[in-house]
Amino acid sequence: MTTTTVRGVAVGPHLRERRDAGRGLLVPYVTGGISADWTDHLRAYADAGADAIEIGLPFSDPMIDGPTVQEASERALHRGATVRGILADLREVSLPVPLIVMTYYHLVAREGHARFCAALAEAGVRGLIVPDLPLEELGELEQAAAAAEVDLVLVAAPSGSPSRLREVAARSRGFVYAMTAMVTTGERAELPASAGEFAARLKPHGDLPVLLGFGISTPEHAVAGARAADGVVVASALMRRLLDGATPEELGAQVRALRDALDATSG
Amino acid sequence: MGAITAAGLPALLPAAGLMHDPGAAGRFGEYGGRYVPEALIPACAEVEEAFREAWADAGFRRDLDRLLTVYAGRPTPVTPAWNLSTELGVSVLLKREDLAHTGSHKINNVLGQALLARRMGRTRLLAETGAGQHGVATATAAALLGLRATVFMGGKDMARQALNVHRMRLLGAEVVEVTSGSRTLKDATSEAMRHWVTCADEAYYCLGSVMGPHPYPWMVREFQRVIGDEARAQCAAELPAAIPDYVVACVGGGSNAAGTFAGFAGTPAKLIGVEAAGGAAISGGKVAVLHGHRSYAIQDEHGQILEAESVAAGLDYPGIGPEHAHLHDLGRARYVTVTDGEVIDAVRRLARSEGILPALESAHAVAWVLRAARDGELPPGATVLITLSGRGDKDTNTLMEIP
Repeated sequence: MTTTTVRGVAVGPHLRERRDAGRGLLVPYVTGGISADWTDHLRAYADAGADAIEIGLPFSDPMIDGPTVQEASERALHRGATVRGILADLREVSLPVPLIVMTYYHLVAREGHARFCAALAEAGVRGLIVPDLPLEELGELEQAAAAAEVDLVLVAAPSGSPSRLREVAARSRGFVYAMTAMVTTGERAELPASAGEFAARLKPHGDLPVLLGFGISTPEHAVAGARAADGVVVASALMRRLLDGATPEELGAQVRALRDALDATSG
Repeated sequence: MGAITAAGLPALLPAAGLMHDPGAAGRFGEYGGRYVPEALIPACAEVEEAFREAWADAGFRRDLDRLLTVYAGRPTPVTPAWNLSTELGVSVLLKREDLAHTGSHKINNVLGQALLARRMGRTRLLAETGAGQHGVATATAAALLGLRATVFMGGKDMARQALNVHRMRLLGAEVVEVTSGSRTLKDATSEAMRHWVTCADEAYYCLGSVMGPHPYPWMVREFQRVIGDEARAQCAAELPAAIPDYVVACVGGGSNAAGTFAGFAGTPAKLIGVEAAGGAAISGGKVAVLHGHRSYAIQDEHGQILEAESVAAGLDYPGIGPEHAHLHDLGRARYVTVTDGEVIDAVRRLARSEGILPALESAHAVAWVLRAARDGELPPGATVLITLSGRGDKDTNTLMEIP
């Protein structure tokens, strides 16, 4: 393996520094390739106060995603979005916040672990979430990601045993992605109280920021989530509006509203 | 295991080590595994633990054997296809899973899993279905054992298998229409898995084929191996050479084939799995991780999983069970394809020659035998066992629309 260029902002130090400064962390999501101007959403998110941005590489069979992200993935694929095309788009942008890719394991494995991770780093992506890859199957990708200086972010589920959660927290890099509940991704009316309890169970396991995701839909959810954990990931609530025609500016304003709500209650 | 002790069987080949317990990691060579979200790992582990315990428990095996006998109608017979054999110049035997209760082999697996679910204290069964045969079997077992059933089925399949939708509802099951993607078995499976995430503490996922995360590919094969174990003893009684030269079964996910092959993997029989030309995971696909396991699946140049296209809803699936991928790599089984046209011809031929109307799925196996006999691939006088996995009543509407 030849050495490859590593671009982009590293996930772990960036988030930790901001968390330590008392900031509620906010990570909005966009499906890569969903529109011709999709990278404008990244700029809008960053300008609106995102602390990092999660980018979905669409897969035909997204097993942990609910209807909104499924629809967004289908639309992007229908437009002809590919992993290579999305990463090529990302090489054209330079952003002051870390980029994290979320995708399914098939798209990683078919490319080869090392090649996939190197391609991410070259495109300025320094984090990776693979939600259908549990601890038992993690080994090879974990090494390849570390070698490429890409943080492999693990998802902690409320169904996990204490020893499993301890291992997820120990092996995760960048941050720990905590599921709010046993659900698929998608907007929800209420943030369950158990989400906060789950985040509180995870936090003592290490110094990584803990971010709650799956169903964070409103500024109130974001505030409650960031109070219990260190921050939140917001996906379907943004993607629903994007699918309904919202512009990058309009989604940026939605992220700004989340940011303002978080800032009003922190520090 | 190994209830088959008929005298005169040839010595087992080294390949007898095939089709055994895939271990804690659930591997068949490089295939299988457990590629599911962390959220589902405890549920998978719990199913594995419960199955290992139950399968080693004589009481569980006795309960299941009794249900298979007095409720499902096992053993199913092996019927010589007298007329077809004369026409083709080869000896064709049919393993009659079409005669099992609910009309297909699916009941074998479902009774096992439903007993397991009840033993685990679950009150509801979740299932995906393509042709509706697994859904009907699940609804049936749920009714019998006092469980609720929720069946996920693609909208396209609900239209072409309307009879089975109605049967499931008559049996008290809830049928959920899946409107995403292909609106067939692929998306029904994805949706069932998503739903499982939300209710794993209360519901049991009763997967219908030899696929999904460990332990399902292994467990479903074990529940289906009754087909192969019976057939091997029946062939020993029926055939001078005891073992057929060829053992042929259709393959979508591949449960009837896996159950059949399990009885013959350690014999000299040639194993043939017949895929639909429009859903040929092995003949036309590449390695993929889909629906919880690593195996083969048809995909585009960017790795996106393609939608299958088959007249048989039960084979309209882009992937295949991981153990079949392993048997293929080892060369122990051969996977071939037949077209929809050949399948329709095979349905009509078997109906006219033997008075047996096979399911479109099962007719894939018949279609390959017809072709192989015609092409001379089957030598004159060869003996062929075909697993007739289900009956064709459900396909009457589809067949009526084909000129």
